[in-house]
Amino acid sequence: MISHLPILQVIVPLMAAPICLLLKRSQLVWLFSLFASAIAFIISVLLLQQVMTSGVISYELGGWEAPWGIEYRIDKLNAFLLLIISAISTVVLIAAQTSIEKEIPKEKHTLFYILYLLSLTGMLGIVSTGDAFNVFVFLEISSLSAYALIALGQDRRALWASYQYLIMGTIGATFILIGIGLMYQMTGTLNMQDLSQRLPEVAQTRTVFTAFAFVIVGVCLKLALFPLHLWLPNAYAYAPSIVTAFFAATATKVAIYLLIRFTFTIFGLSFSFTTLPLQGLFLVLGLTGIFVASSAAIYQKNVKHVFAYSSIAQVGYIIVGLSTSTITGLTATLLHLFNHALMKSAIFLALGAVVYRLGNVQLSSFNGLGRQMPLTMAAIVIGGLSLIGVPLTVGFISKWYLLTALLEKGWWPVAILILLGSLLAVIYVWRIVEAAYFKKPLAGSAPVKEAPLFFLVPIWLLITANIYFGIDTRLSLQVASAAAQSLFGVSP
Amino acid sequence: MIIGLFNDWVVVVLMMSGLYIVIAHGNLIKKLVGLAIFQTSVFILYISMANVEGGSAPILAEGIKQFSNPLPHVLILTAIVVGVATTALGLALVVRIKEAYGSIEEEDIQHLDNQTQDETEIQATEGDQS
Repeated sequence: MISHLPILQVIVPLMAAPICLLLKRSQLVWLFSLFASAIAFIISVLLLQQVMTSGVISYELGGWEAPWGIEYRIDKLNAFLLLIISAISTVVLIAAQTSIEKEIPKEKHTLFYILYLLSLTGMLGIVSTGDAFNVFVFLEISSLSAYALIALGQDRRALWASYQYLIMGTIGATFILIGIGLMYQMTGTLNMQDLSQRLPEVAQTRTVFTAFAFVIVGVCLKLALFPLHLWLPNAYAYAPSIVTAFFAATATKVAIYLLIRFTFTIFGLSFSFTTLPLQGLFLVLGLTGIFVASSAAIYQKNVKHVFAYSSIAQVGYIIVGLSTSTITGLTATLLHLFNHALMKSAIFLALGAVVYRLGNVQLSSFNGLGRQMPLTMAAIVIGGLSLIGVPLTVGFISKWYLLTALLEKGWWPVAILILLGSLLAVIYVWRIVEAAYFKKPLAGSAPVKEAPLFFLVPIWLLITANIYFGIDTRLSLQVASAAAQSLFGVSP
Repeated sequence: MIIGLFNDWVVVVLMMSGLYIVIAHGNLIKKLVGLAIFQTSVFILYISMANVEGGSAPILAEGIKQFSNPLPHVLILTAIVVGVATTALGLALVVRIKEAYGSIEEEDIQHLDNQTQDETEIQATEGDQS
């Protein structure tokens, strides 16, 4: 049983999805999905424990030996990502039933959970597999279900957002496929470990350069790096609230994982950052992303749009961390993956609660909400403070490590720009605080009650985690730095 | 040179025309067609690289010594399935878009979206004043 954990991680949600179809009753399906997701979470905890104590786990699918068969390879980086994805998925699912009752027609509830579980399967699969082509297959499983989930949104603009995401996402995935094909052409292998050993021999060929370019552009489309982010704001704003909370915390994280895996493990650090000018490129695009997206966030009228743009800005911070190509920089990146997942899922769940009570998230509807929904609004405020990077929240921890990494490198102008970027976050968070606490509710609008318990429990679970991991950083920091060190080939 | 790399030229031409159609056309169905062409070019890329000169089909039988690499074929079989699923989902979305917007032209949809955005803003400001 224990030795089969890597595959169970992916199989459990995959098998749970069709079973949902048999259960039919919406409540039952919800409990079952929650159960499946919780099992995935437990498995990821066990995997992380195992990896931290006894090193890399290699699992041969169907008993076929590694370079020929498909290998599932769990190292510290994977295990960390698996934990983030399955934890967020489980917490978000607690609120799912309450939220979709208002947002999705009853006959589609079962389908919603099936798509959700399939999307979860895809993400867990991308992270756990050690085979380059398998990545593409899982990527498409998670993306196809994501397009359908987004199209479930109430507003007709959800359809258009989903279509745009489908076009962009497919182009991205096909680019990755081309890159993988070219790598296979040069090396004759698809196993990531094997690729990393064979690629250096042929590294100075044009085919490998082309493969690298295709893979990086494809992955950057998926992770919404500026200027490839155009699909993201509308997709997040018009999708059902639960879907937004889940994807904002996990979907781009998985793509960032792929970027790290391809640049660090497969192509190797010196090829990615020294032979090719990825460092400068990432630094410039990351910084531009932070400023462009944060400024765009300030002018949005729909609060979901505000935080969607802020997600693009956060991707910018993560990419700047990567561009340092030092252990501290990578640790900061991984920490921010974890921390950003915590804050964004909390904020978007809270927005889901607002949608539940008000039916929309226009900024003007937030007037006076601070008194009417005190717990929900407090959650948004704490999440916002965490986004800005105020001490005692997780946001502070990752910004701190990012700044340390930049100063270590001697890039102090970049460090100053990062701080300026955080000030922009203050502005867009403040606009919401101002509306909620300092404006009077609209005259004639019906009084609003606090969000139901099924919302408050997961929201405050996440907010507590936001504060807890901002004070006690042992778990997140230990895993992140161990993962970063192993990527650099330094044994901790 | 050109004849030796014939397949690669086909791949490049198909790939670029597919991508161009996706970007340049405003009609949602045409975009999907472009996307399908784009994906098909990748299938040809994989299949051509599997070819071994003078090799036959990869069958385990007497007299067959040299054969094409079967692995890319298998990979592409998966990719074709993915491509079909993507196109099907895309077309389904177009049907829903047609129902919701009454059009499948990108320009019209953008225009209608801008209108709804303006309306919600006007409602919001009116609410503020009253």
